[in-house]
Amino acid sequence: MPEGISEGIGASVRRKEDRKFITGKGRYTDDINRAGQLHAFFVRSDVAHATITSVNIKQAAAVAGVAAVYTGQDIADDGVGGLICGWVVPNRDGSATHEPPHPILAKDKVRYVGDHVAMVVADTLETAMAAAELVEVTYDVLPAVVDLASAATGAEIHEGMANNTYFDWELGDEAATADALSNAARVVTATMRNNRLIPNAMEPRAAIAEYDPIADSYVLHSTTQNPHLLRLVICAFVLSIPESKMQIVAPDVGGGFGSKIYLYAEEACCTWASKKLQRPIKWTADRTQAFLSDAHGRDHINNVQMALDKDNKIIGLRVDTLANLGSYLSAFAVVTPTYLHGTLLSGCYAIPAIYTNVKGIATTTAPVDAYRGAGRPEATFLLERMMNIAAAEIGMDPAEFRRLNFIPKDAFPYQTAVALQYDIGDYEAPLDRALEMINYKGFEGRRSEAAKRGKYRGIGLSSYIEACGIAPSAVVGALGGRVGLYESAVVRVDPTGTVSVFTGTHSHGQGHVTTFAQIVAEKLGIPLGNIEVVHGDTNRIPFGMGTYGSRSLAVGGTAISKAVDKVIEKGKIIAAHMLEAADSDMEFKDGKFTVAGTDKEKSFGEIALSAYVPHNFPHDRLEPGLEETAFYDPLNFTYPSGTHIAEVEIDPTTGVVEVVDWACCDDFGNLINPMIVEGQVHGGIAQGIGQALLENAHYDENGQLLTASYMDYCMPRADNFPSLKVDYTVTACTHNDLGVKGCGEAGAIASPPALINAVVDALSSLGVTDMTMPASPEKVWQAIHNAQTKAAE
Amino acid sequence: MSTVTMKVNGQSVSHDVADNTLLVSFLRETLRLTGTHVGCDTSQCGACVVHVNGASIKSCTMLAAQADGAEVTTIEGIANGDSLHPMQQAFHENHGLQCGFCTPGMIMSAIELVEKNKNLSDHDIRAGLEGNICRCTGYHNIVKSVQDAAQKMGG
Repeated sequence: MPEGISEGIGASVRRKEDRKFITGKGRYTDDINRAGQLHAFFVRSDVAHATITSVNIKQAAAVAGVAAVYTGQDIADDGVGGLICGWVVPNRDGSATHEPPHPILAKDKVRYVGDHVAMVVADTLETAMAAAELVEVTYDVLPAVVDLASAATGAEIHEGMANNTYFDWELGDEAATADALSNAARVVTATMRNNRLIPNAMEPRAAIAEYDPIADSYVLHSTTQNPHLLRLVICAFVLSIPESKMQIVAPDVGGGFGSKIYLYAEEACCTWASKKLQRPIKWTADRTQAFLSDAHGRDHINNVQMALDKDNKIIGLRVDTLANLGSYLSAFAVVTPTYLHGTLLSGCYAIPAIYTNVKGIATTTAPVDAYRGAGRPEATFLLERMMNIAAAEIGMDPAEFRRLNFIPKDAFPYQTAVALQYDIGDYEAPLDRALEMINYKGFEGRRSEAAKRGKYRGIGLSSYIEACGIAPSAVVGALGGRVGLYESAVVRVDPTGTVSVFTGTHSHGQGHVTTFAQIVAEKLGIPLGNIEVVHGDTNRIPFGMGTYGSRSLAVGGTAISKAVDKVIEKGKIIAAHMLEAADSDMEFKDGKFTVAGTDKEKSFGEIALSAYVPHNFPHDRLEPGLEETAFYDPLNFTYPSGTHIAEVEIDPTTGVVEVVDWACCDDFGNLINPMIVEGQVHGGIAQGIGQALLENAHYDENGQLLTASYMDYCMPRADNFPSLKVDYTVTACTHNDLGVKGCGEAGAIASPPALINAVVDALSSLGVTDMTMPASPEKVWQAIHNAQTKAAE
Repeated sequence: MSTVTMKVNGQSVSHDVADNTLLVSFLRETLRLTGTHVGCDTSQCGACVVHVNGASIKSCTMLAAQADGAEVTTIEGIANGDSLHPMQQAFHENHGLQCGFCTPGMIMSAIELVEKNKNLSDHDIRAGLEGNICRCTGYHNIVKSVQDAAQKMGG
């Protein structure tokens, strides 16, 4: 571009969206009030599993200021539908996933602490909360089912669903894997526990629903990551409203990390009641409600067997997984531990035979669904822990054991044994760079120095691959997905040459407004300030699939790129007409349409004006205007990869693990805005370190969530981290125009095994070989204490 | 009900509020200064931090009545017209925010931190921001932002 190349692709442009946030002018859902609004508060089950014997609303309904109290019976009487599952898989025996009903207010049974039993609507939130205390619910309490390992033999949670098992799915070649295991020179086995997490976006979920009786239409402001998907589900499956009568607006959204993908009961109830009461209805979760009822993440038990040949090459891998999916199937609960998990089990490694069986298990806990990484952190954790366990068993350096088993860079495209075909990659380059960044060779010196200070120092690697930007839609459908996974874009050029971009994806902090504008600035050669990016309002944007699975740039950004290409193509025809040249002679560069080999040119602005003031215009070939739409359905996932290395020091007197250094090198293909990408990496690592060191959702044996506040659930804080060293290598994605890969989840996928490998390495001299997540001071101290006691015996 | 009178961002305000009204509700709902956020209900997250008589306070932990007669500054009151406060500018320059929800509280805490001690080490900043939770940034760029602002604020 002629000026402001610093604003185009590859530039660390400061974010266009920042100013409103740093001046307190952000507009989040809870910041919105409507005249005459009522406030909703939900009566939630305080027992994990019970038959509802009665719900008495009489006293609550009589409280001054209460507009209504609704129960599951009211919802059922009105024929309101339940929440649905967006992806199902076949069982091993060919039967279908069991999809139990999920009513938006429970009528007959409650299945987790926090399950919605009644909705109180009042003129103030305080009144609604006070009246909710007067709703009398009686229960016939049933046994809670909490422990994942034994849940299949627990009390029946859903009528007719045997063994509390939603599905029993497999992938890969079981016989070939069994052969590999029986012919192996060595079989390494381990059991992994992937701890349960609660996403904890800082903005709690919220909704404000309005009904317009004149137009018979609705507006729902929601903290959603995907307004159109929400509209489709709430209209077509829950409330039977024409989609054209429903506007969904996701204004500024304060983080999501997956937890804001799904339609939840509360926003459906508010929308339903807004018509009943003909008043706007507002609901905002407090943090405890968020802990209880946001979809949780992870929670797997994996039994892993890895077969090695005599040369230490991996020749087979079998993984048997129990996935805790909680009390109801959330929208993407099924795909997360199956196609987003089983397909990742080859990692960066050439493994000829892989087989996995996954059982999706019901428990009387909150629903579990996709949380940053969604299936891929679980797969990466077990695989990257196995790489270290195996390396330790054979006495090989874990970096060299990885290198030995990497898919070589000349082997792409590479077909894995678990369905995916990796288009491109080079796994040694980021490994080498990360080893250099952390000074791997110098580690033993640092370990000795730490030992003199009484600290155990350890180092841990994780070489990950991830698959993001799920696609193509036809494959998604064949695998049981009930959605398409394209993305849409409209690029509207104004007569004065400014540009509005309407994207079907959504931003809840990832900087799309800037990144997407950079793509357009680069391609059209216009200043960033002339470009507006619009998202989050179904009445303004084309039908889009929203943001999750690190898809927004690779899929949504490519859709924008394609729409811009169409604008340029149309512009060339207009310019050719005006310059009396052939279309084929037209070139577009640096914001100018030129006739090749001449000095005849028209600026982008002149063409824009001509498109809308079409006096001298090729009317015989084109319609006036300059606005183009693209729907982009990718050919494949993108496959980011890289190596993360953690270095920790452990104080044996307290068991506290201090993360003292972190180096990572990721391959995200081409970078549009390196500053924003780096921020995504930082945030992902923080959530991964949170999982490995601090966070854990804990239910007691009665199904009470003991970690339902920030007093009890250990969120990562600033003093839990060192400064993070981040670098990149590049192999450009082969199948999208921008050569980009997703970067949003990689940090959360790569980091937990790196951290745990470092903790185990630190304690390896004591004979410690494993550590479950989170590596809390208590557990670490106990491991040290046990090892020392054993040594003394 | 009580009448509370205070100076908020330099302007005198006086309203009748219920005695149990929290300062954060007074700011958000009565004055509609919605830049101050509520991210938890246990005074842990720090999204609601404002300055009361120059000290950073979690406004979910204080009654509006307790701020009667005080000078309160919120995120909306720290820029000088179009000219951003150095801390705001530093968060922008260093990509110290992503979703923006924790940012107002983070900036208000950081300002007090720097005003008290302009020679902050990395460790001091991390320890000083322990009462503010961010889920997006991993704190890396927040620490950079505070270091940058501390320099500009005369450190």
